[in-house]
Amino acid sequence: MELNIVRYILVFPLLGFLVNGFAGPRLGNKTVGLIAGGAVLLSLSLSVYVFFRLIALPADARLITDTVYTWIHSGSLTIDFKLMVDPLTSVMLLVVTGVGFLIHVYSIGYMHGDRSYPRFFAYLNLFMFAMLLLVLSSNIILMFVGWEGVGLCSYLLIGFWYEKDSAANAGKKAFITNRVGDYGFLLGVFLLASAFASKGILTLDFTTMAAHISLISPKILTVAGILLFVGATGKSAQLPLYVWLPDAMEGPTPVSALIHAATMVTAGVYMIARMNFLYVLAPTALEVVAVVGGLTALYAATIGLVQNDIKRVLAYSTISQLGYMFVGVGVGAFSAGIFHLMTHAFFKALLFLGAGSVIHALSGEQDMRKMGGLKNKIPVTHAVFLAAALAISGIPGLSGFFSKDSILSAAYASGHTFIWLLGFITALLTAFYIFRLIYMTFYGESRVEKHAAEHVHESPKVMTIPLIVLAVLSVFGGYIGVPQLLGSLIGWHHSDIFVNYLAPVFHTAPALPEMAVPTESLLMIGSIAMAILGVFAAWYVYLKSKMKTAQSAAGALPGVYRLLLNKYYVDEIYNAVIIRPMMLFSEVFLWKFFDVKIVDGAVNGSASLTQRASNRIRKIQTGDFQVYVMLFLIGVITVLAYFVLR
Amino acid sequence: MSYQMLVVLSFVLFVIGMIGVAMRRNLIIVLVSLELMLNAVNILFISASRYLHTLDGQIFVIMVITIAAAETAIALALVVKVFKMAGMVKIDDLKKLKW
Repeated sequence: MELNIVRYILVFPLLGFLVNGFAGPRLGNKTVGLIAGGAVLLSLSLSVYVFFRLIALPADARLITDTVYTWIHSGSLTIDFKLMVDPLTSVMLLVVTGVGFLIHVYSIGYMHGDRSYPRFFAYLNLFMFAMLLLVLSSNIILMFVGWEGVGLCSYLLIGFWYEKDSAANAGKKAFITNRVGDYGFLLGVFLLASAFASKGILTLDFTTMAAHISLISPKILTVAGILLFVGATGKSAQLPLYVWLPDAMEGPTPVSALIHAATMVTAGVYMIARMNFLYVLAPTALEVVAVVGGLTALYAATIGLVQNDIKRVLAYSTISQLGYMFVGVGVGAFSAGIFHLMTHAFFKALLFLGAGSVIHALSGEQDMRKMGGLKNKIPVTHAVFLAAALAISGIPGLSGFFSKDSILSAAYASGHTFIWLLGFITALLTAFYIFRLIYMTFYGESRVEKHAAEHVHESPKVMTIPLIVLAVLSVFGGYIGVPQLLGSLIGWHHSDIFVNYLAPVFHTAPALPEMAVPTESLLMIGSIAMAILGVFAAWYVYLKSKMKTAQSAAGALPGVYRLLLNKYYVDEIYNAVIIRPMMLFSEVFLWKFFDVKIVDGAVNGSASLTQRASNRIRKIQTGDFQVYVMLFLIGVITVLAYFVLR
Repeated sequence: MSYQMLVVLSFVLFVIGMIGVAMRRNLIIVLVSLELMLNAVNILFISASRYLHTLDGQIFVIMVITIAAAETAIALALVVKVFKMAGMVKIDDLKKLKW
């Protein structure tokens, strides 16, 4: 169905960006916030409208398109600026605009008093535009525009406080790391384009590609799938390109929540789900996705155990949770991956915004060693934080439980026992590090520094209301995807609404093998046990024994502790293996040889050649008047002789 | 006197003047030689004027004489200035304007 209203979902944030970007400083901060929030609210309402139009269609015909214009027309290749809404897109639309709107509202309070207030909201709206373009685009080229757009906004917003050196560097790091991934992504797109072109299909439309994917040989599909996944590891911070995400925490906290937790970093997962028709035919590529996801999940969770910066713990947690999503899509359970994407967007945005509220209350303190005992001073923040923490730990009944459990059971059911084990251990670590954060921040005795302790205050309503809304979503968001096993217990058939809703998008994916009820129940009980064990362990280590256990554990295993605290020295290794040699090569060869000798040499050489030549020629100019006269006469006579004797 | 003879006279005077400009060392003599060249041209103009029965050549000559007078005046003034500065008017020693 063609519906020309879809394009306006994109138009409003773009307008907001233009107005705030060009006229922002003259409008006053109140108007700027109103425009930015209003633009996203309009997009949100339109997304809801489109969603209802979509579900009104019969289940197998749920596709709304909007062709804006022909974007590229070159020879026989035609690429339209065409938007598409199917069930997968609609989920992303609602998550992006919904969470995005809440974070815009929160930002109005959080960024209050910042001197670049209009710039912040202009960038935020530009990000919304790029992200919506990414999810709405109907072909992979247009998707790449959005893909790059969100990368640009990520860079701009990480380096938002550019006068701080660390923020500017973090922005650069994010951009360059993403560039490495995008290189792979582009190669994948080129490979697909040439493969399809050789079969006479001169478009990269998702629906056209899906219809003709079987024409392409599986080898090419595998390579293309892996190349596209390289792009996803960059954007979604997976091994080995995850290094930029922890540093991205230099940006303002709402940015961390919106871009580096809820939306942009999930683009890789979305991309793989969108390209499911390709990955289904390239099992090796899918295997790579699952293994990388599983390893990343465990790896990042171990680092998260010992970090002291509240935002960095959450950053590593995000990387770890993204790993879960890749496990989900990697084992072929695309809907489970997207389901976790959605619930994660709720509770991780909430965790970040809650952390922002804590930081706000403590006048900018981010070190958890200087927190503690804040429970009664900022009760609303504490309550919502607790809800999010319970959700991410996988405590039964909250959203994270349903989504994480569906991924783990899919991993087990599809026979990836090793990956399941990785995820299973990660579940324990997740509960442990998140409750370590809770206990260190909100409980125990206060370690807040004196000057900060005097000003501890709950955040204004404009910040707490989005937190409460997100808390509600984090708690109840999971009930649209209750596993059938639990649904049957209370006689609820088709309780897996989410999976059924997305099923038409993933119709090519083979169904996962059915698991015996006892096995599935056992798995579920196992992961619940892990979550509770994690929470209890954190309680014992950080509250009951007042961190003495933590200190003695760190003392007993100093090597492991230091390895984790220094993030496995990966930054140092990258520095030594890639950055240093590159700098050395650039300095010795590119700068001191190529630039100085060849480029400068050519320029300076031609200059000195001219100089030397003119040094010779200028000797003619003797200053002797009569020499000039003689030369002049000789010249005249020669010319005359030429004309006369010709 | 035939026209040919006048042309030859003019040519001979011009060459004499030319050699004077190119060879003589004294600035005053160089200037005089320059005047000689101008007047050689004047003779050519006059003879051509008579040969062609038009007045154009004679009008030119009047103009040339006027301009030449002005030019000589300026040139002599410069020579005086040069003499005051350098204490001599030897042309081959006045070589300051070079590279």
